[in-house]
Amino acid sequence: MNKQPRKTSAVRLYLHYISVQIRCMMQYKKSFLMTTLGQFLASFNAFVGIYFLFRRFHSIAGYRYSDVLFCYSLVLMEFSLAECAARGFDRFSGLVRKGEFDRIMTRPRNEILQVLGSSFELTRIGRMMQAVIVFIYGTSQAGIHWNVWKGLCVLITVLCGASVFCGIFLINAALCFFTLEGLEVINIFTDGAREYGQYPVDVYGKRMLRFCTFVIPYSLVQYYPLQYITGRSDSLLYAFLPLASLLFLLPCVALWRFGVRRYQSAGS
Amino acid sequence: MIVMKNICKTYRVARRNAGFREAVKSFLHREYDTVTALDNVSFSIADGETVGYIGPNGAGKSTTIKILSGILTPDSGECLVDGRIPWKDRIGHVARIGVVFGQRSQLWWDVPVDDSFELLRDIYSIPSDVYRRNRDELTELLDLGKLLKTPVRQLSLGQRMRCELAASLLHSPDILFLDEPTIGLDAVSKIAVREFIVRLNRERKTTVILTTHDMQDIEAITRRIILIGRGSILLDGDLSDIAGRGDLDHTVAELYRSYDI
Amino acid sequence: MKWKKYLSVFRLRFAMCLQYRTAAFAGVATQFVWGFMEINVFYAFRSSDPAAFPMGFEQLASYIWLQQAFLALFMVWFMENEIFDSIMDGNICYELCRPIDLYNLWFARSAAHRMSRALLRCAPILLAAFLLPPPYRMTLPPDALTLVCFVFAMLLSVTVTIALCMLVYMLSFFTVSPQGLRILFAMIAEVLQGIVIPLPFYPRNVRRLMEMLPFASMENVPLRIYSGNISGGEAVRAMLLQGFWVLLLIAAGKLICRRAMKKVTVQGG
Repeated sequence: MNKQPRKTSAVRLYLHYISVQIRCMMQYKKSFLMTTLGQFLASFNAFVGIYFLFRRFHSIAGYRYSDVLFCYSLVLMEFSLAECAARGFDRFSGLVRKGEFDRIMTRPRNEILQVLGSSFELTRIGRMMQAVIVFIYGTSQAGIHWNVWKGLCVLITVLCGASVFCGIFLINAALCFFTLEGLEVINIFTDGAREYGQYPVDVYGKRMLRFCTFVIPYSLVQYYPLQYITGRSDSLLYAFLPLASLLFLLPCVALWRFGVRRYQSAGS
Repeated sequence: MIVMKNICKTYRVARRNAGFREAVKSFLHREYDTVTALDNVSFSIADGETVGYIGPNGAGKSTTIKILSGILTPDSGECLVDGRIPWKDRIGHVARIGVVFGQRSQLWWDVPVDDSFELLRDIYSIPSDVYRRNRDELTELLDLGKLLKTPVRQLSLGQRMRCELAASLLHSPDILFLDEPTIGLDAVSKIAVREFIVRLNRERKTTVILTTHDMQDIEAITRRIILIGRGSILLDGDLSDIAGRGDLDHTVAELYRSYDI
Repeated sequence: MKWKKYLSVFRLRFAMCLQYRTAAFAGVATQFVWGFMEINVFYAFRSSDPAAFPMGFEQLASYIWLQQAFLALFMVWFMENEIFDSIMDGNICYELCRPIDLYNLWFARSAAHRMSRALLRCAPILLAAFLLPPPYRMTLPPDALTLVCFVFAMLLSVTVTIALCMLVYMLSFFTVSPQGLRILFAMIAEVLQGIVIPLPFYPRNVRRLMEMLPFASMENVPLRIYSGNISGGEAVRAMLLQGFWVLLLIAAGKLICRRAMKKVTVQGG
């Protein structure tokens, strides 16, 4: 009776979670559509700001309107993808308060996988759609010569960028283990990065570029790919630099593990 | 076999006083109190036993359950469940236990119960033949038939609790923790739940640990009770030892009073 | 002592907000970083075309810091979920049982909510902003009279903001999606009151139009008065317009409130 059955693979379990989440969401179609529409409009204001500033100034730190739109949409795609997948970490304090995390702890599965599976915010597709529209518009204005490498670079960048944001959500969740009030400071690195990631990182100066390369790797998923895709640099290294940002996940996961152990010893 | 030996657990909570001035003060400087949840708790429970774990609110019942189910690590003391240390080997441990929190749901609110079961099958990696057998058996015993196709949010509390019980038993756990399983249920549902637990213990030899405020639950399900108050075990014995005159509620109230808890 | 009960509502909410200490610290840090980034962006834009910059850079820096310091006063988004919930789930009936005017009650609540948030956060942000090196440094207003005008305009603008939010609450009684209404108003206000970018950065014609709307009487007026971007007769005119919107918005809010109450009592929420 105690023989250990083979474990269902994590990928299969994750897909199963998502399919349940989507089925749940479809119970509330109207609310789903409203929220998606809200998400679509929500980041519109940032676009208004960029539009009028460029009408007046025409360029910023050597970048044109189309370059900035490219950055804006890239970061927005990364962010909305991360929010869609890792919303469970973003609203983790609620999960702990409602005791749902206790339930997660009583199940024989990795905690990260379970939290990821606990919510799948399909409504973020609204934001994603806006980002895609701006991306198409921006790149068509920029006169980029597309090739396979550049296409691949965009794909890698968006996926890696999303994982950087997921890492930050993970840190946010881990911090909930230390203070139940939750630390809104993390907003600087999530909402702040989304808002100010509209402009290429070097607009904020050399020091910011260094910080965003070596501490929190935003520039790896924004500034360097931009250089490559707009033809400012031909180095293929820049196209694959986004992959290095995945290293950022290591300390995030370590902090999370530490937090889980603390939760077990501190209780709530 | 469950063995708890000298388990201690304390929490730190922020002190909060009433009043506007106090609010300002605690904004600037926050003070903390240490609350002892468990103080040298020891007991052991044999395989296939049923135990009622009782005590007033805040006595440490939930903390004990959380330690036994691997959610919390105690400050000190030893705990072995079938040879496993729950918090050290969480995943290996929880695969062999089932937990029902009466006030919370483990089912997915907006999908039919059956869909929740399927997901649990994947979470617990239950082989499909075992899963089918367990599901059919539990469906029959708990009379879930039509409920399986209904979204959880449309179930009554009693119906939901029957589904919760089934959900926590799909992976044939050796031990079942029940935290106030009959809270808020109507008489019919209560009886159904009790009868099911008794039968489960008799037929599958599942160890059952039950916390409740409902003394009739205890009477129906278990002989042995463990009484906890202010973090310490005050009494561990047979129900007949304490049940003397009159109804159980009065007896227990008197018991609480005699221990000043 | 008609006002006493509203005062105690105010105190209660204020004390409640004090509980969220880490949130306040986090708010300070967040707003500080955002102000810094914001100024960086404008600085970079100015470098690319200094002639096109529509206000003094010191004026802009002061504008940004005041905006970050007093964000809680002006963000239309900061409305109370509890109020929306009570409208949606019908708990509003309990409020109606009390011998208290609903509009005034919610107004006092909102004022306490916004002011406690802002008061806790503004001091450290402003202090740091005065100590920063240029071009980030915040400067004092040109003279004492300007400061007086600024304080006065601030009071008016907070009143306009709250009155506008009250309007949204009241309109919520008549819509299926209060959150949709909230998002819509918050977004429009963010652009039109000069949070996204200060109004001087819009083209002249667009700006003229914006300045006539009630939204411009919120953040835009006091923050530009402070640094002397609006002064003299223009400032007086702006404040008179603020006063006009205060009266109009409160009157409209109360009117809709009365309608809403009728609806609630007839339909039972």
